[in-house]
Amino acid sequence: MEGMGENMRKIKSVSQLEGWREQILARLKESETTISVCGGTGCQAYGCQKVKKAFQKELSKGKINNKKITLKYTGCPGFCERGPLVTILPDNIFYQRVKVEDVPQILSETVHHGRKIDHLLFEDPDLHKKILFAQDIPFYRAQKRLLLSKNDLIDPTRIEDYIAIDGYQSLAKVLSRIQPEEIIEEIKASGLRGRGGAGYPTGKKWENCKQAPGDTKYIICNCDEGDPGAFMDRSLLEGNPHSILEGMLIGAYAIGAKQGFIYVRQEYPLAYQNAERAITQARRAGFLGKNILGSGFDFDVDTARGGGAFICGESTALIASIEGRVGEPRSKQVHTVSQGLWEKPTNINNVETWANVPLIVEKGSQWFSSIGTEKSKGTKIFSLVGKVKNTGLVEVPMGITLREIIFDIGGGPQNGKAIKAVQTGGPSGGCIPASLFDLPVDYDSLTRAGSMMGSGGMIVMDEGTCMVDVAKYFVHFLKEESCGKCLPCREGLKRMGEILDGITEGKGNGETLPLLEELANVVADASLCGLGKSAPNPILSGLKYFRPEFEDHVYRKRCPAAVCTPLIQYSISGTDCTGCGACKKACPAQAIEGERKQSHWILPELCTKCGSCRDVCKTQAVRVQ
Amino acid sequence: MNLRPVNSIIERYGGKRTALINILHDVQDQYSHLPKEALKTVAQKLRIDLPDIYGVATFYKSFSLIPKGKHSLTLCHGTACHVREGVKILREIKRRLNIEPGQTTGDGQISLNVVNCLGVCAIGPVMVLDGKFYGEMNALKARKMVEKILNGRDGGKYEKN
Repeated sequence: MEGMGENMRKIKSVSQLEGWREQILARLKESETTISVCGGTGCQAYGCQKVKKAFQKELSKGKINNKKITLKYTGCPGFCERGPLVTILPDNIFYQRVKVEDVPQILSETVHHGRKIDHLLFEDPDLHKKILFAQDIPFYRAQKRLLLSKNDLIDPTRIEDYIAIDGYQSLAKVLSRIQPEEIIEEIKASGLRGRGGAGYPTGKKWENCKQAPGDTKYIICNCDEGDPGAFMDRSLLEGNPHSILEGMLIGAYAIGAKQGFIYVRQEYPLAYQNAERAITQARRAGFLGKNILGSGFDFDVDTARGGGAFICGESTALIASIEGRVGEPRSKQVHTVSQGLWEKPTNINNVETWANVPLIVEKGSQWFSSIGTEKSKGTKIFSLVGKVKNTGLVEVPMGITLREIIFDIGGGPQNGKAIKAVQTGGPSGGCIPASLFDLPVDYDSLTRAGSMMGSGGMIVMDEGTCMVDVAKYFVHFLKEESCGKCLPCREGLKRMGEILDGITEGKGNGETLPLLEELANVVADASLCGLGKSAPNPILSGLKYFRPEFEDHVYRKRCPAAVCTPLIQYSISGTDCTGCGACKKACPAQAIEGERKQSHWILPELCTKCGSCRDVCKTQAVRVQ
Repeated sequence: MNLRPVNSIIERYGGKRTALINILHDVQDQYSHLPKEALKTVAQKLRIDLPDIYGVATFYKSFSLIPKGKHSLTLCHGTACHVREGVKILREIKRRLNIEPGQTTGDGQISLNVVNCLGVCAIGPVMVLDGKFYGEMNALKARKMVEKILNGRDGGKYEKN
């Protein structure tokens, strides 16, 4: 099996684990230089696999300066926008946007001579100064990367790498000297709340499941990260799968479960693959199976794949899906902690929640609860995306303000357009206007502002984003994803979608907005599960904070952000057009005319409003109104 | 049709009813869709009624009852891709291929899919062509890639790797 050292053997006790760890550390010490290439899905799109292959090829040619060099293909360090990322250890030099052509130079200059390569370093946008280390880059500086920092250090396909960073030590500690009840008390004391969105106290959930009658119990790791715009769970399961297994093992021991499941959505092939591989490795090493570390505790994990259904992130629908059925939720009069998978008590936690567990066991609840706010403890990973300069995964202490995340870490607007809102909480959340950016980010303040924490998507929106279009987007998303079981959600979303379609086509009138609001409230009140209950949030928060934009569409038949196609027109500014002809060539509809070096124009009757002309114009002569 | 692969897929999961979704995924990987004969075999072996299997196969968006094209083109329509004008790409591709998401071009070359979020939001808009991810797309780049495939059919330049 790939990634399994020849010294791999079954670990039968805590002391054997310690012996194995020392052996791995001794081997690591021999290596003088480590080259870490990011291997997350984001960097893969930028060609990091080619960069890794180029390193392999160069290194196979022979030793450099007689140094022992290790090449590592790691999990995602979060700064996806700058990928492919390469870090040279032990000096910790951080290179970004590395190309295959740069590889020989990195080896000859940096690895051989210890010289830095300027054009691969990140440049501070304000000071125009090159930055050598990741931790000095503004994007990383304000973060507190308790979980994500481990992604940088390990190859997720090698269990040895996880052991080397003290992996499975928390499990060893728990199995050798902590009682299940004490663990639950410790998790309760830490103040950890579910990272999947609702924020239910994790320790309390475990306790409820433990106390539920019945001998057979299950635990589940929910990696059906359905909220569009959120990808921290993918990154954690992809980049550090053993930490999730360790969290689940500790949870299973505390609750008294013998079997666990990791439910991975279909859209995350690499996360699924890495989870499967980690399970196989953990079984071979004896961390899963019978009599784990000689403690008498038995536990195993299987994976289950989703099928592209958003609703399966909801606990009862997810359970139906693992059982091999249609993913329809049921009424939650009886909670899953008492009756879940195959009617047995079942504890479901999100990936990020499980990832926090070994950390709390290692460092203690007191340490954990010292981070964050009164009611929201620890760190939270957000995916900072959309119209912001630095995009990627950011891990911050709870209580940090939205402004700090978007401006200090994110670097502010992307191309000069003012940022007007941030969308949090996925389709169940809402848009928070820039005027509220000083809000501390925790479960309760975001809910009070009409949005929610959700699983951690933060989609930044600027003047070029139409808030009616965003509301329409979410309503159509949820209409597609509604399972159709209850009427308010099934019909309500369809009708709200039609109303919003009408608004963006300029067909609204004086009755449109009140009707939309009324319908939204009915759907929120009468739907069966969380999907329907929270479905109107994007509309209600949109109307609350951005009503003038809706009114512009309804009464003045215009879209201020120039997004809604029926309400906009493309044109070319005669003064800015240089007549280069790029737009004419790019236009798929032959809707642009004009002679070379003469000003061009658009034929509105042929224009499909695809925007290709604007994408290629070098002088920004294409206008949208 | 050769149903031997179906039997070995079912065996791999120990014939467990709960593995139904995993089994359907593997069957689809094998045949590029879920053929009726294969579903009948699954129903028989797992002792599930065929209509229930169809219920599952049609509920989950990942499954297709009709054969997929030679090339698979997936557009991400997550929120981050949406605000970065991913919808224009979809509009352009639909216009160029003259098909709707979920459909395959008449010549069996390209199947078009739209998914909710691929979780690579930082580099959106994202498009996946035959399993390879492409970030920071726009309508023009997407159209050119599609045309390369369509032209490849004549010139034989573009081959699935």
